[in-house]
Amino acid sequence: MATIHLAVNGRPYTVDADPQTSLLTVLREHLDLTGSKYGCGEGQCGACTVLIDGRAQRSCITKVGAVAQRPITTIEGLGSGDQLHPVQEAFLEEGAMQCAYCTSGMIMSAVALLNRNHQPKESEIVEFMDGNICRCGTYPRIVSAIQRAARAMAKAGAATGAGR
Amino acid sequence: MSEKPHVQIPMEPERYELTAAPPYHFDLDRREFFRFLGAGILVVSVLKQAALTQESGGARAGRDDSLPKEIDAWLHLGENGKVTVYTGKVEMGQNIRTSLSQGVAEELHVPISAIEMVMGDTQLTPFDMGTFGSRTTPTMNLQLRKVAAAARELLIGLAAAQWQTDRQRLIAADGKVTDPKTRRSVEYAALAKGQQLTQSIPADGPLIPATSWTVAGQSVPKVDGRDFVTGKHRYPSDHKLPDCWQGKVLRPPSFGATLLSVDSQKAEQMGATVVHDGNFVGVAAPDAGLATAAVAAIRAEWKSEPQPSSKELFDYLRKNPVEGRDPTGDGDRYETGNVDQAMASAEHRLQQTYTVSYIAHVPLEPRAALAKWEGDNLTVWTGTQRPFGVRGELAEAFRIPEDRVRVLMPDTGSGYGGKHTGETAIEAARLARAAKRPIKVVWTREEEFTWAYFRPAGVIDVVSGARSDGTITAWEFHNYNSGSAGIRTYYAIPNQRIVFHATRSPLRQGSYRALAATANHFARESHMDEVAHAVKMDPLEFRLKNLKDERLRAVFEAAAKKFGWGKSPAPGQGFGMGGGYEKLGNIATFVEVSVDRKSGEVKVVRVVSAFECGAVVNPDNLRNQIQGSNVQGLGGALFEAIEFEQGKILNGRMSEYRVPRFSDVPVLETVLLDRKDIPSVGAGECPMVGLAPAIANAIYHATGVRLRSLPLVPEGLKLS
Repeated sequence: MATIHLAVNGRPYTVDADPQTSLLTVLREHLDLTGSKYGCGEGQCGACTVLIDGRAQRSCITKVGAVAQRPITTIEGLGSGDQLHPVQEAFLEEGAMQCAYCTSGMIMSAVALLNRNHQPKESEIVEFMDGNICRCGTYPRIVSAIQRAARAMAKAGAATGAGR
Repeated sequence: MSEKPHVQIPMEPERYELTAAPPYHFDLDRREFFRFLGAGILVVSVLKQAALTQESGGARAGRDDSLPKEIDAWLHLGENGKVTVYTGKVEMGQNIRTSLSQGVAEELHVPISAIEMVMGDTQLTPFDMGTFGSRTTPTMNLQLRKVAAAARELLIGLAAAQWQTDRQRLIAADGKVTDPKTRRSVEYAALAKGQQLTQSIPADGPLIPATSWTVAGQSVPKVDGRDFVTGKHRYPSDHKLPDCWQGKVLRPPSFGATLLSVDSQKAEQMGATVVHDGNFVGVAAPDAGLATAAVAAIRAEWKSEPQPSSKELFDYLRKNPVEGRDPTGDGDRYETGNVDQAMASAEHRLQQTYTVSYIAHVPLEPRAALAKWEGDNLTVWTGTQRPFGVRGELAEAFRIPEDRVRVLMPDTGSGYGGKHTGETAIEAARLARAAKRPIKVVWTREEEFTWAYFRPAGVIDVVSGARSDGTITAWEFHNYNSGSAGIRTYYAIPNQRIVFHATRSPLRQGSYRALAATANHFARESHMDEVAHAVKMDPLEFRLKNLKDERLRAVFEAAAKKFGWGKSPAPGQGFGMGGGYEKLGNIATFVEVSVDRKSGEVKVVRVVSAFECGAVVNPDNLRNQIQGSNVQGLGGALFEAIEFEQGKILNGRMSEYRVPRFSDVPVLETVLLDRKDIPSVGAGECPMVGLAPAIANAIYHATGVRLRSLPLVPEGLKLS
């Protein structure tokens, strides 16, 4: 057991845990952030995807000891207040889910993709997202949702003059 | 603290889908309802015509104040105008929480936001056999529409009485009853105030025809979609309780192994509660890590039995017949005309064998349950397609009456027919009783792959006789083990013999989306293609020549048109089709494949599905279901297969068992034939059945290689 300081969704947390414990277990069991899901335990399905330093990581194979103090974003930390993140909006607008168990991980991966590639081509989306499994088979809608979010984010960026 | 053995926990493998009704129907007390629900209006749906009664207020209620038995749904309109609908159906991604709400909103004339669906809670909702067999839309959606329509008529009646006017001139809209002449209107909530009205409705109440629908028939978005994109929704595996511990079960090293001895001293020293009860050994510990470590610390001796392997599977199925039936299919034996004579006189005779491997459902959320005892009362939250069935399993396992058990099913991370059973519920409940605190059990992916059940493997022999002009005259079809769903042919053949043969199954098997219809359509539609080539006819023309069913002809013709059937393929390109009739829906699937002759890689490039399921309830969700069926179907068609040897699964991990991913997905095009004159039926299963044969036929078209086993190309195509 060790005391580990985590920075999740902009908030500091202190947990007592074995540093070898998976980040997913700590998020779900210690912090009650259950939006990140267990699907396979070997980084194969992407249901547990979170952002660490803005990059998509599989929290089920990430040891909690390795991510102390680094900024972690989970699905619960996307958007602000009642305002959804454009990727969340786009998933709703495209109806890009069935059982939606994969949705948190899909959205987190998509956010990571759009963070580094603002206008991904369809082939780039497929390649980046290929580690995320949707067993219900809503892949075409997820691709459409990511394209829709990219357009929305470009428009919002242009409107605020923020550029990216 | 170890508990000594005293009961054997039964976990009977289920064969196919259970459809038995419960043995008892206890009386329901009308007053109980209102005590629980609050004042207002209650409409119950009664399955049996004979149970029809009409009541108006407490004074004129039934003689013992009980409601009719055989209720399958009910609706409550409260004094606040809130509509609560109770159904035993469950949501696992098929989006019925939304589509059922649409039916209610349509008939009752309230906004969808005013409706709350209470689903799959054995204490609150009426008995339901389970959510499978594509039955929600044709039965429950219809029942709920009737319930809502009855509530609407009741409200109009109340307003008419209040205003002392003719009810015929009143209209219900937007949660109000209005008199267009006087422009008076009254909210439903005001009409429900202080009431304790109940009404039972028969099976044939008046309904708004599909041609006049305004809410049903529309692409209404998922009602609680926001909870899913924010991570707020709690799936069964996300539920927890104060003081809850985690449970883990010690698994045998192989199927059929028997437990000889257990030494759990070390696990107990680690602080875990160990339960050894009959053939069950499990632990409970404060967290999952400790529970896993404690299970690993248990020393157990097992005796293994010799077990067949996947290499000899099809031979095994042929050689191990058993007495048995498949109650969920199309019957075990069907015979018409004189097959032997017709076969002997046929100009073309073709005999072929087709096989189908075991495949796994791989629901992304594995089985999970949270169990809590309060005295002799047990409450379990779990992901299952049969909450009432799991209640029965729990009552039996713990030898308590069913009314002491409550099973709740929070909307779960998919099922596909794979979550009919209550293993985790029983495991969590057993451990909770020993640990004297709530226990959560979540299966690992490896447990889900190994200790759940599989889609049945099968061997199918087909013999056909045809005339040179392409008329099929004789048809003989034998299915070993995979099941009889979709076993009958929809082609007009005068002489037929169709038989399902039950066999022993090396693996535990059960329901899977579309059941055996996928296997039977694969064999039938592949064989049709083979005969078409044998008589030198175009496969579409050949099918249509032998097909009389107008609805099925319509989907084949619609898909062919959209696909552009008849064009010439480029080198390495192939076109194929498959289709049929299943769960009351009609599907035709046309596929384009490309085959890389050097690498043997087969790529499904384009899939066109034409589907007809009566009046469409939600077009966008229907497209979603058809796309999903095709994507999931790709796996079983191309590469999914469970490998096993000596009672062990050899590829029971996500890294070893390939499921379709983004890069596998072809262009998916859908044609919806919206038949507003035909009652709506389900769509989660049927669209899948045409895909595998269409791909096999397209591969033949591209290469001249005929593949007769599912999966078709687990390691690419071997072209010698």
